[in-house]
Amino acid sequence: MSGTYLGMPAFPAAAASSTQDARLRGNLRHATHTIRDKRARAVAELDDWARLRAAGAAVKDRTLRHLDHYLEQLEESVTAAGGQVHWAADAAEANALVARLVRETGEREVVKVKSMATQETELNRALAEAGISAYETDLAELIVQLGDDLPSHILVPAIHRNRGEIRDIFREQMARWGRPAPENLSDAPAELAEAARLHLREKFLTAKVGVSGANFMVADTGTLVVVESEGNGRMCLTLPETLISVVGIEKVVPTWQDLEIFLQLLPRSSTAERMNPYTSTWTGTTDGDGPRTFHLVLLDNGRTDTLADTVGRQALRCIRCSACLNVCPVYERAGGHAYGSAYPGPIGAILTPQLRGTASELDASLPYASSLCGACYEVCPVAIDIPEVLVHLRERVVQGGRVTRRGVKTVLKPAKGHAAERAAMRAAGFAFDHPGVLRTGQRLAARTRRLHPRRLPGPGRAWTDTRDLPPVPAESFRDWWRRTRGEERTT
Amino acid sequence: MRVALFVTCINDTLYPDTGRAVITLLERLGVEVGFPVEQSCCGQPQFNTGYRHLTEPLVHRFDRAFADYDYVITPSGSCAAMVRDNYPRIAARARDEGRAGRELARAAASAVPKTYELTEFLVDVLKVTDVGAYYPHTVTYHPTCHGLRMLGLGDRPRRLLEHVRGLELRELPGAEECCGFGGTFAVKNPAVSAAMGADKARAVRETGAEAVCTVDNSCLMHIGGTLRRQGAAARPVHIAEILAATEADAREDAREPARARATEGSRR
Ligand code: SF4
Repeated sequence: MSGTYLGMPAFPAAAASSTQDARLRGNLRHATHTIRDKRARAVAELDDWARLRAAGAAVKDRTLRHLDHYLEQLEESVTAAGGQVHWAADAAEANALVARLVRETGEREVVKVKSMATQETELNRALAEAGISAYETDLAELIVQLGDDLPSHILVPAIHRNRGEIRDIFREQMARWGRPAPENLSDAPAELAEAARLHLREKFLTAKVGVSGANFMVADTGTLVVVESEGNGRMCLTLPETLISVVGIEKVVPTWQDLEIFLQLLPRSSTAERMNPYTSTWTGTTDGDGPRTFHLVLLDNGRTDTLADTVGRQALRCIRCSACLNVCPVYERAGGHAYGSAYPGPIGAILTPQLRGTASELDASLPYASSLCGACYEVCPVAIDIPEVLVHLRERVVQGGRVTRRGVKTVLKPAKGHAAERAAMRAAGFAFDHPGVLRTGQRLAARTRRLHPRRLPGPGRAWTDTRDLPPVPAESFRDWWRRTRGEERTT
Repeated sequence: MRVALFVTCINDTLYPDTGRAVITLLERLGVEVGFPVEQSCCGQPQFNTGYRHLTEPLVHRFDRAFADYDYVITPSGSCAAMVRDNYPRIAARARDEGRAGRELARAAASAVPKTYELTEFLVDVLKVTDVGAYYPHTVTYHPTCHGLRMLGLGDRPRRLLEHVRGLELRELPGAEECCGFGGTFAVKNPAVSAAMGADKARAVRETGAEAVCTVDNSCLMHIGGTLRRQGAAARPVHIAEILAATEADAREDAREPARARATEGSRR
């Protein structure tokens, strides 16, 4: 694994190898089951959870319907409070903007608060190309960065690593990036955390530029909000002279009153806490307190196009809590890297093919990376019907249809490689709509039942490699009915 | 009360015993059951794979086939959920696309309220939990995802099983986790599907139960196929077949072990 998503294989191929990795499976099973049980308990404490969830979904939907209005309001309030607002249509624009803003400060180093938006744009890589070093300060992001790895979880990017692996990474890599790991570092969590603390302290105290995302932006006051557990965010948001925040445009909420709903939904869903340890809010700049310069980069990168799709747009409600990952049986076994983007798990399977489109083999395979078991929908704090969107996107892959790309409505062609399936589905559809044909097929199968093998060649192996086939019965139900109950009514 | 069986395409073709069990059970409870042969498939395989338009004729067919009935009973949580959740959606989407939405909406509106998964019909409509069944075996129950989360079957199947004489219910660890079938998921993502199936099969084996039971044969085909490949003794059995079984069946099985084995064989 080396830090980029480019050229990754389609989901089934990636998952075919990751499911064989016993250590990864063990790490993920342990971590996801622990957090999923804790979340269930934290949510069960509130008897108005269902109403909070409905309110969260409704606020997001209403805000998204009037997104243009709230974004302009936000720009006005941020500007009035002393911030500068920039608009980025895509990842390249956002990265170029941030690189330019950093360069204008004369600095060559930035400290980063954990941020999904900058993982999405692969900002660190772009900054490195511009000669700027970006230091991740969230513990798990640090582990990922030191290991030249990719994040595999929204909340715990290094969830695929266990303590022993983390100790090895710290021992081998910390020195390259700054303060080395202490001699004789063990894999005790407290020692690992202390090593990270010492390593990071140096960065916090010297960095002049901080880069963050935001969990929410309040339109009417121009306030940005970051919720976190470690306190590294608070350091990056307050110590540097310049703060640059890259935030997806869907993160806006109209008022503080709306924010109140999400500050209840998010911690319980993500870390199973009643309240997260640190909630930082800032409004523009304040003399003598915190960064003197504040830039807000508003990132579109496919979001407006997603908004144009009436079924798919609900994905924009997402508050990145990662509850859907933690309950997903597919994520638990395939691991986050198989999803090939910053957004793994169920939310990634519906968000990535909308933000990036379905042109690549990987992106077209994502809507199928689900058994449609519905566990994600059940836990989602903003009630995103992920199975509904998955099926909708499957339709887009196999049939094509109308989509919006960079603001322009176009008609998508069906993806390649589905011709045989399409023919089979049509044939089945025909048989099901002509029960006479169906019955002939059933009788043929019944007559040849002694010949049916338990293992199939070719594509059928996908089933029979691990599972026996059921034998075909001597007589279908409808033939039995006709034989024993007589009287057939015809179509 | 005119009641029809919607047997589903997979039961019709591969698991006719399940269809027969529903008939036996309902008739024993004094319900006369019809089987309109115009019925075929609810359209779920096509719909869930992305071929929504191909399911539209099947919505109409479903409506036509069951037009004369007050209740449509199906031994499949997932097919019942397809009708209830997705038929109205299919109609709404057709309307958005400016095509025959009204006809589909009418078909969906007539199909949705009368379609019941078997255990729902027993508990909610017939208001029985003791169906007079006898099944002298240890059984573990896997709540299928669509039954659990889309239909919200809750404890209905469990209440029915608890009243079956001779049956000892064994708790299935991680019961609410998906078995990994997922329709075409099983062949499009075989590695993950098999990994999930292996974990489910292990949980079933750990219970030591003789049989694993669900409200859906599609999941059972996957779980049972995995168990059998692993050489496990636990056999898959649809809940309808447990609820249909009586003391008389058990005596007959004891007299004719060969026949009992043959029946069991066809279940695997
Ligand atoms: S989709 Fe829902 S559950 Fe998943 S990360 Fe987003 S808000 Fe959380």
